[in-house]
Amino acid sequence: MAARVVSRDVRQARPGWAALATVVSLIYFFPVFWIILTAFKTYNDALAVPPQWLFTPTLDNFFSVFSRAMTYQGAAVDTGFDLFFFNSIFIAMTSVAIALVIGTAAAYGFSRYPLKGNDTYLFIILTTRMLPPIVVIIPIFIMFREVGLSGTYVGVILLYTAFNLPFTIWMMKSFFDELSREVEDAARMDGSSEVKVFFKVCLPQVIPGLAATAVFGLILTWNEYLFALLLTGVETRTVPVAMGQTIGGAIGVRWGLLAAIETLFLIPVVAVTFLLQNQLLRGVTFGTVKR
Amino acid sequence: MSTIALQRLTKVFGDLTAVKAVDLDVAAGEVVCLLGPSGCGKTTTLRMIAGLEQETDGDIRIGGNRVNGQTPAQRNVAMVFQFYALYPTLTVEENLAYPLHADGLSTTEIAARVRTVSTTLHLDTVLQQRPGQLAEGEKQRVAVGRAIVRDPNCFLFDEPLSRLDVQLRERMRGQIKEVLAGLNKATVIVTHDQLEALTMADRIAVMRQGVIEQCASPHDIFAKPANLFVAGFIGTPQMNLLPAVLVGADDCGVRGEASAAIRFRVGDGTARLAVDPAVGRLAPESSVTLGVRPRGLELVSEPQEDSLPARIDLIEPMGAETLLHLVDGKLEFRIVVDRRSGARVGERVNLRFRPGQTHVFDASERRVAS
Repeated sequence: MAARVVSRDVRQARPGWAALATVVSLIYFFPVFWIILTAFKTYNDALAVPPQWLFTPTLDNFFSVFSRAMTYQGAAVDTGFDLFFFNSIFIAMTSVAIALVIGTAAAYGFSRYPLKGNDTYLFIILTTRMLPPIVVIIPIFIMFREVGLSGTYVGVILLYTAFNLPFTIWMMKSFFDELSREVEDAARMDGSSEVKVFFKVCLPQVIPGLAATAVFGLILTWNEYLFALLLTGVETRTVPVAMGQTIGGAIGVRWGLLAAIETLFLIPVVAVTFLLQNQLLRGVTFGTVKR
Repeated sequence: MSTIALQRLTKVFGDLTAVKAVDLDVAAGEVVCLLGPSGCGKTTTLRMIAGLEQETDGDIRIGGNRVNGQTPAQRNVAMVFQFYALYPTLTVEENLAYPLHADGLSTTEIAARVRTVSTTLHLDTVLQQRPGQLAEGEKQRVAVGRAIVRDPNCFLFDEPLSRLDVQLRERMRGQIKEVLAGLNKATVIVTHDQLEALTMADRIAVMRQGVIEQCASPHDIFAKPANLFVAGFIGTPQMNLLPAVLVGADDCGVRGEASAAIRFRVGDGTARLAVDPAVGRLAPESSVTLGVRPRGLELVSEPQEDSLPARIDLIEPMGAETLLHLVDGKLEFRIVVDRRSGARVGERVNLRFRPGQTHVFDASERRVAS
């Protein structure tokens, strides 16, 4: 609420900047807009040159996503995206949830019960995200294949959890660091055990932080392509991988179908961000505003 | 009985000894202020009593029982924190009820106690609000309420009024005093504000570098400072501390038991001052420090045997009174005079030491007294 008031003030004070911001936003948003538009076009409308602005919208592409698409030869092929969407949602949510549980506990530990060499440990945790995925993917692929994790839900969830943990720990630690220690001492004086201090006093205060971290993790995991490409199987494939494999092949390049998949793929990210926007704003500005 | 006893309490952080063998007894119903500059160990002492800090050595007894090693909860001590430490995600009502949940009381009992406390502290109208929505004074009252809502063994306050503005501070000082008076519990208040200590405490323990320099009633701390540090720390404007050399006692100057007239060399001049008779037992030519409060000096027109010449250097009006800074060679004096005194900068005056108002501190910085 407060943010909206501020932005209105800015718009009144600096009309030039506001106009510039609007133009830049439109440029950024145009590709997204074009994809959504294309999702409602027929095969021929999507290919038309010059591009068509006015056309008869159709939902065929969206139906095709979850059932069958036509090949060039006119045969119907199962697209299988109901499974792929389920996989993406299931894998992202499960791995982020596990990473939050482990990461929050670890962050609290790093923040409140520092070990000898605390900063070194934190740095080592961060280094796991420093190597480009392409460097580590081959050893991971071989390891997963050897222990039978390749192509399984457990395997990919395990990997994404590890992938999400470093920034979950770092972000949550910074949120815990911001909290007043006095409040925890007060809870101890009031008869709380250490467990209760964590669950009743600290955790409720970092809910905005949890939300921000969760959204960040969900978006990263949702969009991840490389690990998913090599480590998921036919049954566990996620949407980004499946989308890539839809181009060409039997179905050919069907822009309308791809645009429909992309549009559907955008919805969860937009929805989560929208639902949590207040929490996110508080999470992002946490600590920057004097209490 | 609600009492606190500290015996040779010590806390060492790495190379730093924050608290050195502190002994302190607080009786039931007594309010003791730990007063000192920042870093003197007063907050560490309080946190050790609370159980938030582990003592390195020494004993803590609460209500006669040794509580070393016990958790804060086991000690059943209530504490009011400097920044109030209210639970930000809970309403005022839930904040007040929080300590009672740990005691395993019934819901009706909890509601009744919260109601009593909120009435006492005028918090009825804000019970459903969260701490973030409250004014400073209200937060302070909730913090006090959360401490008195249960029946603790004793009360601890950490700089309770430091965040309030002057007017609110005066009001809360009275209110806290009133609340504590009805409870008959041992109370320890940590503060760096001497006015707070002087007004609220039954006894003040002045601390410096982990040591209690003096523990006495507010009156005695002010009137009979045990050493140079206490003398300089307590009282505003600060006491004048003047290096001097004892010349000797005048036989004829002994005025009964209460004081003796003794001659001192102060700066370039000499003065014959009425001081504690014990000073007469110091060897002639010993170096001492004379301590006299700005209100223990007065301006006189003619030089007298208990006066020194000086020049007015700076005038600071303080409202009802005026603070004058005077110099004489290397000596500097502060003196409080009536605002209508008509003193002018540069004027040469004579400063008289009012009889019996001068303290003498020996070379080991202790006050010489019988």
